[in-house]
Amino acid sequence: MNFPILSTIIFLPFVGALFLFLFSQKDESKSSIYISLFTSIANFLLVLFLWYSFDKNESGFQFIEEAIWINGFIKFKLGIDGISILFIVLTAFITPICIISCINSIKKRLKEFLIAILILETFIIGVFCSLDLIIFYLFFEAGLIPMFLIIGIWGGPRRVYSAYKFFLFTLLGSVLMLAAIIFIYWSVGTTDYTEIYKLKIQKEYQYLLWLAFFSSFAVKTPMWPVHTWLPDAHVEAPTAGSVILAAILLKMAGYGFLRFSLGMFPIASEYFTPLVFVLSIVAIIYTSLVALMQEDMKKLIAYSSIAHMGFVTLGIFTFNKQGIEGSMFQMLSHGLISAALFLCVGVLYDRTGSRMIKSYGGVVNYLPKFSLIFIIFVLGALGLPGTTGFIGEFLVLVGTFKKNYLAAILASTGVVLCAAYMLWMAKRVIFGELNKTISKLKDINYLEGSILLILCLLSIIFGFYPEPIMNTMDLTVNVIIDNHQNELATNLTSNK
Amino acid sequence: MEYAVIFLPLIGSIVTYFAKRFGSLFSQIFSSLMVSCSAIISFVIFYDGVLNNNYGNYIVFEWINSGDFKVNWSINIDPLSSIMIMVVTTVSALVHVYSIGYMSNDPHKPRFMSYLSLFTFSMLCLVVSDNFLQLFFGWEGVGLCSYLLIGFWYKKETANNAAIKAFIVNRVGDFGLAIGIFLIFLNFNSINFQDVFENVPNFSDKKLNIFGGEFNLITSICVFLFIGAMGKSAQFFLHTWLPDAMEGPTPVSALIHAATMVTAGVFLVVKCSPIFEYSTFALNLVATVGIITALFAASVALVQNDIKKIIAYSTCSQLGYMFFAAGVGAYHIAMFHLFTHAFFKALLFLGAGSVIHAFHDEQDISKMGGVWKKIPFTMTLMLIGTLALTGFPFLSGFYSKDAIIEYAFLKNTTMGNYVSSVGIFVAFLTSIYSWRLFFKTFFGKYANKSIPIEKTHESPMIMIIPLIILAVGAIFAGYFFKDLFIGDNFNYWGDTIFFLNYIKLENIPIWVIVITPVLVIISIPISYILFIKDKSILDGIKKSNEPLYNFLLNKWYVDEIYDFIFIKPLKKLGLFFWKRGDQNTIDRFGPDGISKVIKYISNKAVQFQSGYIYDYAFVMLIGLSALITYLILN
Repeated sequence: MNFPILSTIIFLPFVGALFLFLFSQKDESKSSIYISLFTSIANFLLVLFLWYSFDKNESGFQFIEEAIWINGFIKFKLGIDGISILFIVLTAFITPICIISCINSIKKRLKEFLIAILILETFIIGVFCSLDLIIFYLFFEAGLIPMFLIIGIWGGPRRVYSAYKFFLFTLLGSVLMLAAIIFIYWSVGTTDYTEIYKLKIQKEYQYLLWLAFFSSFAVKTPMWPVHTWLPDAHVEAPTAGSVILAAILLKMAGYGFLRFSLGMFPIASEYFTPLVFVLSIVAIIYTSLVALMQEDMKKLIAYSSIAHMGFVTLGIFTFNKQGIEGSMFQMLSHGLISAALFLCVGVLYDRTGSRMIKSYGGVVNYLPKFSLIFIIFVLGALGLPGTTGFIGEFLVLVGTFKKNYLAAILASTGVVLCAAYMLWMAKRVIFGELNKTISKLKDINYLEGSILLILCLLSIIFGFYPEPIMNTMDLTVNVIIDNHQNELATNLTSNK
Repeated sequence: MEYAVIFLPLIGSIVTYFAKRFGSLFSQIFSSLMVSCSAIISFVIFYDGVLNNNYGNYIVFEWINSGDFKVNWSINIDPLSSIMIMVVTTVSALVHVYSIGYMSNDPHKPRFMSYLSLFTFSMLCLVVSDNFLQLFFGWEGVGLCSYLLIGFWYKKETANNAAIKAFIVNRVGDFGLAIGIFLIFLNFNSINFQDVFENVPNFSDKKLNIFGGEFNLITSICVFLFIGAMGKSAQFFLHTWLPDAMEGPTPVSALIHAATMVTAGVFLVVKCSPIFEYSTFALNLVATVGIITALFAASVALVQNDIKKIIAYSTCSQLGYMFFAAGVGAYHIAMFHLFTHAFFKALLFLGAGSVIHAFHDEQDISKMGGVWKKIPFTMTLMLIGTLALTGFPFLSGFYSKDAIIEYAFLKNTTMGNYVSSVGIFVAFLTSIYSWRLFFKTFFGKYANKSIPIEKTHESPMIMIIPLIILAVGAIFAGYFFKDLFIGDNFNYWGDTIFFLNYIKLENIPIWVIVITPVLVIISIPISYILFIKDKSILDGIKKSNEPLYNFLLNKWYVDEIYDFIFIKPLKKLGLFFWKRGDQNTIDRFGPDGISKVIKYISNKAVQFQSGYIYDYAFVMLIGLSALITYLILN
């Protein structure tokens, strides 16, 4: 195909943002909503077309685009395979939802906010498409800036503290990754991912390089103990910011682990598996317990996100089919469900201005439709069979069990704890004694309802029939696993 | 037809939930109709199976396909599942109809009916599964519906807490079940029942290294599966949710917490008999837990005063019977007891609902009494239920309960002897507490001060008719089905139940056959004297055994112990991790610490930039001299 569809998908939101910036009048919030919505939906349709024309029987990268940027140094190289396409679909799907959710919740500088979101979309899709390490790094880090602004400008009272914390943490890891990328260029002679993949990185270097990449991805995931920025960032971020952060930004790290850590440093990945397992399990149990005691709904969901991402890292480092597919599924499912939960909290926040659990109670009396949907997402988050949450979690645990009994059993306790904190929250917010502040509230409107309903239906449909997703990533995951095993085998023979 | 039986309740549930505008009458009739149709079809399926041996496995569509982990949505009709379908749909249909009357004053009827139908669907998914994962789906699905229905009256704090407790305790059990499934997949490379069961003999000696010890694989699998069964069937250690679950509406208690959902654990053990048979340890564990639960629950039921809680503990205790039956290898009798129990226990619960209705929502039996003339239908039906439960000769409970005791006796092992003697003793206890409930509710003096006796009233026909049908079942189900289910001449079960060594029920010493009915019959006058005639004897016993009485009244203090060792420490730990871990350690030494250090350093650095020329000149001088020194030394 000659048409550069990937570049189009990446830069279409950017063009939309530019258009907004240049042509939209200052206080015309309506037209800026329409423009951004139009751009993002057009992009989503394009992405769906991309998914449709994606060849599931082809194991390598597809839709490859290549252009020289700096001669002999950086190539602008794009391409997708069975795992990146799914993340692109997720990103393109969540962005319009975020834009719609802004309509009620963003009161000042709406236009600028929409520009930030569209630019963020460009960067995130760029991350999932890029096949050159430098390009990847640029997109990966550039994503920080709009997010930093979203928290810092449109956030809550402690927004500046949270924004800086977010920035400090994520940047700290990234510096090491940049150093590692430069080192790779010097030792291999290229930053083209497919080339590195063929040429292989020497075993001695792999360990340090792996750690450098790990430090960046671990912060973004986030893994224990570098997770503390996430609850603060979520609490202060506006609803749309939280949604993007939870649904997509966190997934960049999981994608990074799968694509780069596993792909470029198979031996080191195997070597450091115990480290990842321990950190993941600590994350699952520790953050679940912390979530149990939270009084702020957003913080609670943020901590539960960390626990869910613990399952993701656990699954990726099992290096087997169920584990990796489970992780992928868990990430996509978390993208839907956590996005929806944050939207739900946003719905309540818009009405009362409080995120505290104790200021609610008996919500079901006045917001029955909202309550039904909220409960469905709570159940999805705790991994009830029939929702997407279950498939991800269960496959990860099956995969982990193959690798290590104890790890799987410990991680499974997280499933019990998750039920505890989620249901306890639901009980205190939705059911129970009627809190007086609730009685004046109106149920969700048409717009809020339809967004939540779509998310809800998707998480149920894919919970019963995950085939379209499984099918798409099937071959790519096989390639990852085969490559990993071949590498380990050759390493073993060379040691002898 | 097989599709219809499963999906009609689902359709009923969805339509009922979203068709609120057609009014509550529509929702009640529609959902009852759907489930009733399903029940009628289930009879057809059952008879078709018995007469024509017409069974089969229908694949609906593929669910998960990840490498060698392949799972389908399926409808598997076999002798075991067809009985379960019949029990579930029949009781469910009757409960649906009953609810029309019972919930007549509730504003949320459509929601209630929808949940009931959804429950029926989940339970059917559970029993018709051909693999462990769909079973797990149904398993959690019924747990969800139980959660929703216990917490149906969401304004009640206690109901909400009970709902959460039920879900979480069940999750602990599910955790065990999930690990059992992982172990099975890891070793058998499949989670289809058929593939697994066929290969069990090849794995019977395989060892498993776990937690540094070496265990038999089959035993480990069985133990983990059984943890799941314990959670769902409220066996000792994981039973605490069941009595609390009585916070839900009474029809729910009858359907979910007596006749169907709680028997899922028994169903699982029976279904997995091809695995359990290869592990003596696991079978003994099942029997032991069954014995403890039966004794525990019966003893607690003796002193409770809440009519529903007594029946709940009775359910717990009867489930204990089913488990120790399975534990001595009498799977078919366990299923038979499950079958008869469904009728009489649903009858008792719905009867209790009728009593509660009569007393305007009073549940305390010490505030009842003397009303048998006012509510004769309810009284008669409760009498039938009580007789059937206690195992009065020729009613349904008699056949199944005695068969368990006899089979255990014939087994002639240590465990078998324990089981049979405990079975006899618990039968006696059952009889005492059941008659206590019956006498205190209907006879003696009227003891309710808040409602005058004239105001108590009989329930409407729509509640009585389902009770009559259940009563017919409670009387005749044992007699008519005993030959089919536990007779030695029929091979009804085919290969769905697996026996390593089957024992025929023959050559039973006459005293074993007679002892239980005799005890049961004697207990009637005993209870009458104790609870109605002469209360002073009972008070005397109570006084002289104060600590024991309190111990029983407080349900062996299990809830308090759990609160002390699990709930409080976990909450404290959560708080500790949050305040000490996240805020005081990670943040303090991480970002906050770094920013503090940087601030400190920059503050110091600022002091250098004083703006005075001589300061800068001085620093330059020091630098210059250091450089020169370095050059000279080189």
